[in-house]
Formats: sequence, structure tokens, C-alpha cells
Amino acid sequence: MTELVKLGGDLASHYNQWITVFLMVSGLYIVIARGNMVKKLVGLSLFQTSVYLLYLSAGKILGGTAPIIDPAFTVYSHPLPHVLILTAIVVGVATLAVGLALVVRINEAYGTIEEDDIFEQDDNRP
Amino acid sequence: MSEHLPALQVVVPLFGALLAALVRRPWPAWLITVVVSIAVLVISAMLLVRVLDEGVISYHLGGWDPTIGIEYRVDIVNALILLLVSAVAAVIAPFARLSVLSEVPEDRIGWFYSMYLVALAGLLGIAITGDAFNAFVFLEVSSLSSYALIAMGRDRRALVAAYQYLIMGTIGATFYVIGVGLLYTMTGTLNLGLIADRLADVESTRSVLVALAFIFVGISLKLALFPLHYWLPNAYAYAPSVATVFLAATATKVAIYLFARFVFSVFGAGFVFADLPVTPVLVTLSVAAIFGAATVAVFQSDVKRMFAYSSVGQIGYITLGLALATVTGLTGGLVHLLNHAIIKAAIFMGLGAVFFRVGGIEFKDIAGIGRRMPITMSAIGIACLSLIGVPGTAGFVSKWYLIVASIEVGWWWLGFLIVLSSMLTVLYVGRFFECVWFREPSPEAATATEPPFEMLVPICLLAAATVYFGIDTELTAGMAQRAATALLEGLR
Repeated sequence: MTELVKLGGDLASHYNQWITVFLMVSGLYIVIARGNMVKKLVGLSLFQTSVYLLYLSAGKILGGTAPIIDPAFTVYSHPLPHVLILTAIVVGVATLAVGLALVVRINEAYGTIEEDDIFEQDDNRP
Repeated sequence: MSEHLPALQVVVPLFGALLAALVRRPWPAWLITVVVSIAVLVISAMLLVRVLDEGVISYHLGGWDPTIGIEYRVDIVNALILLLVSAVAAVIAPFARLSVLSEVPEDRIGWFYSMYLVALAGLLGIAITGDAFNAFVFLEVSSLSSYALIAMGRDRRALVAAYQYLIMGTIGATFYVIGVGLLYTMTGTLNLGLIADRLADVESTRSVLVALAFIFVGISLKLALFPLHYWLPNAYAYAPSVATVFLAATATKVAIYLFARFVFSVFGAGFVFADLPVTPVLVTLSVAAIFGAATVAVFQSDVKRMFAYSSVGQIGYITLGLALATVTGLTGGLVHLLNHAIIKAAIFMGLGAVFFRVGGIEFKDIAGIGRRMPITMSAIGIACLSLIGVPGTAGFVSKWYLIVASIEVGWWWLGFLIVLSSMLTVLYVGRFFECVWFREPSPEAATATEPPFEMLVPICLLAAATVYFGIDTELTAGMAQRAATALLEGLR
């Protein structure tokens, strides 16, 4: 019983990682399972966002404050992961923007954003 | 000035892209592309000479120490890749003007060149950087711009191809960044050399294994390793000709470089190939790529699509060389990387010229075109012979190394399979030859003439290069051998 409690405690103490993995897997699942191109992009965005959490969790120190030097504090969070993720967010936004722009053009060209209908129209499913 | 060459290698095309976007008009934008392409070629040639003279160049961006800042690190391996990418760009530049003018709507030509230069900057950046996260950013820079390039194709299917590439490419890049994140948490650094140093202490942990798996799959998506190649044929087939030439010759090659860098320099061949069963997996996928893609290529009706599938197969040869993880095998892989880039650039550029004259690239459009465009078709023919691996051409050199490497490790059956696969190449190339040379000209082809001089010269230059590198192997095979030795020694 005590082992079970300990295991539960271990799992719960890493709850941020569980959230990360859950978001990651559900994002990837949406990309694979949905035929609607906008929904696919939403999934893709979710998948990318989960990676932000992966990095940020690693940079957080319990009890640490924002990394601005102040004599009142001695423990700071690691700033580098935050900087990296700032870049990754920009990349994510750019990807989403390009993706949505493509979907708009596809909608103009085909009159639909459902993958199955588009393949049917082209009749050259690879 | 010369100590800042590594930074200029990336900054010059990036600023060129900005200028091209500002001027907008087709002719000045093209001129900027030409100037930038020649400049990056000169820079990469100077870098290669310096690396050969003085050894590894380490450039600290902004003067920050590599432990906290970004380091650009040029050794013989990426100096070769930089030279390849910039040389291809320089050869494409004169060809691009008329081809782009005929295939891209006029108001978008400035944007086309802008995106093209951003893609160039991204690819050069991946090759030159010694920082894992910086490589991710450049990976996305080159990918996002190539989605835009592909989407500018005239066929509406180009849009769907670009969308599919975006989905697959983003998943690949995200997998890569997850792997890098795990490596970062285990080693506390993003510098490739420092990761390699510190990895020895934590090598057997689960996090490092998972990181390797994520990076392996992520980059495999980008380099179109066999079951993950789904995005490639459509992207190449429907993109504007210039974009196809550029992407086919450079994008997957740079991804392969990144793959080799991680597998050999960062994780180390001893860890990846000796301790883990990567060799059987990679050999199986490579052989599947070689045979599967060649078989599918035989049944295509679109010529560009046929050669795109052929690219998937040829990537199989390169990864096969990497999988053997011996000096000869790696040399074979790298030399095929260089040779295949030149061969495919020649073929796709020739097809671009045909498209310029005929306006279609299906087999029915180009029947009998050989009689109307003999010089272009002969150039494509020579490149195709090199693709098969006929002695006296570049393709023979790389296949020779690969066969020798497989016999060296005692896998004679693998050497046999490589020879057998060349027969499959003969099949689809033969079908192309038959259509082009022996059929009655189609109505579209009957009035076609040779392309203008400025398109013909780059095509002939590339075709001549495939023959030249089949006879004088010092620049390709000699350099590739030194690069292979450097890779196997690792960064440690």
C-alpha cells in the first residue's frame, strides 16, 4: 500500500510532464485522424505548443523567481529555455500562418477543405 | 573581413531576400538573386580552402562563448555541403530568369526570389551552425520558405502538395526539437560539440535513447527516408521548375548532413551503430526505398513525378552508405550525396527547359521531343546514365564505393542488391528514353525548339559535371573520404 502511495506521489509530482505528453499525443492524433485541413492545423499547433511546456518545465526551479538579478533573491529560474521557446513560439505562429494561408488558397481552388473531397477531385491519390 | 565569412555565408542571402522583397519587380529581383548566389559560392569556396589549410573554423556569433552563445563551426564535412548548396544555387541563378518568368505570375516573381533566397539562407544555416537549436530555427526558415515556393506552382495540386509538406515537415521539425530538448535537459548545453562531450556520462539513460529516437525520426521525415517520403513526390512534381531543381538538389541533402552530424558526431557511431540495432533498421529501410521507389517510378505518367520517386530511391543509397558506418560506406554515402545532387539538378533543369518550350511534362506531351531539342535531351540523357551508374559517370563512382563497402563488411548480398536495383533504374530511364527519342513527336513537341542560350548553358554544365566527376574523383570522392574520416572521429 505504501509503495502504491509512493508511486502515486511520484506520478503526481511530475504532473507537468503528464500534461505535456497528453497534449503532445492528442495534438498528433488530431493531425492524423482529421480530414479537415483547419482541424489538422489546430492539432499541429497543439502538438507544437506541448513542446514549449517540455522546455519550460526543465527551466523551472521550485521556489525560483524570474531571472532578474535582485539582492533579495538567490534562486532564479533558468532563463535560456524561455528564450528558446520565445523563438519556438515565433516559428509556431509562422507555421500556422503559412498553413492557414495555404488552406485559404486551397478553398479558393477546390471549394472545399476536406482532404477526401480534394483527393476525389484530383483523382490521383498518391 | 575574412574572419566573418561564416556569418556572411548566412547573412548575405538573408539580406538579399529582404532586398528582393523590397524591389518586387522581376528583373531587379532576379539580378539580386544572381549576385547573392555568386557571393555565397565565393564565400563557401573560401571557407573550404581555409578549412583545408588551417583545419576547423570556429566562429562565435556576437563574440559569446560557445557554452552560452551560438557557435558556427565549419569543418571539412559541412564546408563540402556549403559548397554544394551554393554551387547549385549559382548554376540555377542564370537559368531561373526565363523559367520563373514563364511559370510564376508576374506580380509574385519578386516574392518568389525572396522566398528562394530565404530557403538558401536556411539551408546554408543548417549546414554551418554548430548549435542544435539554431539548426532547428534554420530548418524551419528553409522549410517555411520552401512551402511557399512549392505553392507558387501553376497547378492547383501544388497547393495541396505544399500543405502536405507543411504538415509532415512541421511534425518532423517538432520531433527534432523534442529530441534536442531532451538532450538539453540531460547535458545542459545546445552546442553540438559540448553535447558530444557530456553525453558520454549519461549515454545509457532512457532520456538519451528517447532523444535519439525523436531526432532520428524527425530528420528522417525531412530527408524523406522511405516510409516517411509521402510528401516528396507531389512537392517536386507540382512546384515551379526552378524550385524543384533547387529543392531536389539541396533540401534533402542538407537534412542528410544534419542526420549524419547527429548520428556520427554527436551521439557517436560507437553508441548508435554498435550498441543499438540501428544498422539493420536503416539498411532495411534503405533497401526498401531503393526498390520500392524505383518500382513506383516505372508506372508514373508525369515525368517530374517519376524522377521525384527516383530521388526517394537515390536517398536510399545515401542512407545505406551511412548505415554501414565504415569509412568506405560513409564515403560512398557522401559521394553519392554530392553526385546525386548534381545529377538531379541536371535532370530537373532539363525538364524545366522542356516545360518552358512545351508547356507540359506528361509523357504524352514530350513524346519525340528528342528530335526537336537534341542538346537538352542529350544532357538529360547523360545525367540519366549517371543515375543508372554507367562506368565513366559520377553515379558509377558512388555505387562502386557502396558495393565495395558492403563486400568489406561481408554482406555480398547487399552488393548484389545494389547492382540489381540499377536494373530497375534502367527500366524507368529506358521508358523515358523510348518516349523521348523513338516516338513520333506530339503536336506540342513538334514545334518546340532548343531553349535559349542562358538556359542551355547551365544544363550542359551540370551534365558535363556528372561526366567530369566520374573521371576525376579528387574533388568528390577524395573530399568525401576525408569528410567520412572526420565524421567517424567525431567531435569528441
